[in-house]
Amino acid sequence: MQRSIYLDHAATTKVDERVIQKMLPYFSDIYGNANSQHFYGRKAQKALDEARDQIAQIIGANPSEVYFTSGGTEADNWAVCGLARANSTKGKHIITTKIEHAAIFGACKTLEKEGYEVTYVDVNEDGIVDLAKLESAIRQDTVLITCMYANNEIGTIQPIERIVEIAKKHKVIFFTDAVQAIPVMNINVKQVGVDAMAFSSHKFNGPKGVGVLYLRNGVKISNIISGGHQERTRRGGTSNVAGAVGMAEALRLNRLTLEQDVEYIRSLRDLFVSRVQNEIPFAKYNGHPQLRVPGNADFSFEFIEGESILFSLDLEGIAVSSGSACSSGSLEPSHVLLAIGVEEAVAHGSIRFSFGKENTVEEVNYVVDKLKQIVERLRMMSPLYKVESKTTKC
Amino acid sequence: MYNDKVMEAFKNPKNVGEIENYDGIGVVGNASCGDIMQITIKVENGIIVDAKFKTFGCAAAVATSSTATQMVIGMTLEEALALTNKKVVEELEGLPPQKIHCSVLAEEAIKKAIEDYKSKQ
Repeated sequence: MQRSIYLDHAATTKVDERVIQKMLPYFSDIYGNANSQHFYGRKAQKALDEARDQIAQIIGANPSEVYFTSGGTEADNWAVCGLARANSTKGKHIITTKIEHAAIFGACKTLEKEGYEVTYVDVNEDGIVDLAKLESAIRQDTVLITCMYANNEIGTIQPIERIVEIAKKHKVIFFTDAVQAIPVMNINVKQVGVDAMAFSSHKFNGPKGVGVLYLRNGVKISNIISGGHQERTRRGGTSNVAGAVGMAEALRLNRLTLEQDVEYIRSLRDLFVSRVQNEIPFAKYNGHPQLRVPGNADFSFEFIEGESILFSLDLEGIAVSSGSACSSGSLEPSHVLLAIGVEEAVAHGSIRFSFGKENTVEEVNYVVDKLKQIVERLRMMSPLYKVESKTTKC
Repeated sequence: MYNDKVMEAFKNPKNVGEIENYDGIGVVGNASCGDIMQITIKVENGIIVDAKFKTFGCAAAVATSSTATQMVIGMTLEEALALTNKKVVEELEGLPPQKIHCSVLAEEAIKKAIEDYKSKQ
């Protein structure tokens, strides 16, 4: 029988059945427009307010600081463009890192076309941002520092609190894309001290199409979506009440069992990593050995190409993601792997395995067994392996 | 993204390896670009009697290498030189647009292997 093993939790997760049940009434019975004044609308508005309150409480924010968006990308775009534009009287310089998500780079590109200057700060070989370079990049006209909390490809967790200190010292607004971090870290925005933070529901067993931008009260932002008076007039568009309700419920459920889930996911990941490192030669473990999200294992398998590995695993019923250029349709391999100094040829052979609480030890062992065979088979087919294996025997 | 024929050729590629005492070899591509294709051929009386490949690359690269070697076995050198990437793509019943370059590599690898053979004659 064909197996189905999902090891792509960094891409998206399954919606929790309890979340679905919680959402269902908001498609059928309580379908009012939350902005309508009649009782249909008021019921929807009440649900939206409750969802906002719940999320605010979990992340340590005031409800007036929580804005619903269509997801992580919109929240990222909004924060970068909106914060830069609203504060442009101070200047037009932004600092980010070389390993951000496309949602951040895309927004930076938009701003560059508008005359902003963006500094892309280096990271070290583990993917940790260089704090000295970050601080020295700050200028009189720097309006925004944006740095992801945890990386989506290699899972590296950044020293966000130290970056916040630097930003505060120089009075620069700080925004973090916490899409990969929120599902596994109990982040309190007031304790960490960020000015703005984005996250997305579908990464923690909530529905797709809904995200949040936390924006500290008092921080100026421009709108990127204009329309009605939704989200305190800052984000037009009929409220996605079912989505907001689902996101709040998913986050609540996530936090109820966060500690044990994280421990469990970490144990699966560690088993996987130690088996791969012991049993598959020429496999480079990318990212920081400890400072990384618990479910992430990113490997470069030398002499072979990532998409071939991905489809070979797919044929065995195993779903993973690849950092290879061939799978994305671009010619360049992952910018994250290049930024941490992985050679291009090796970067092409990269696979991201991201574990979740639904996975089992048995699945991990099955995947490693299949992976060993696949890597061996593809290497036997590779003209690079011949040359390299001869040289390594010398 | 891939059709069944491409996936089948990727799953069960034919003519994998390197011919011992080959008559011609063609290596094309670049590791930093993510694909290298090597094709070796055996020639008897102007006819390609065997062809094998080794490929570092994506599923499409493996499938096109396999298919191209299958197509040239039994061809005269002239026929094999006339083999275009388009014919390889047709044989596979289509490739996604971003994967067409893989078929170009297969065509080039065969041409290079024949050139190599000819240069030794």
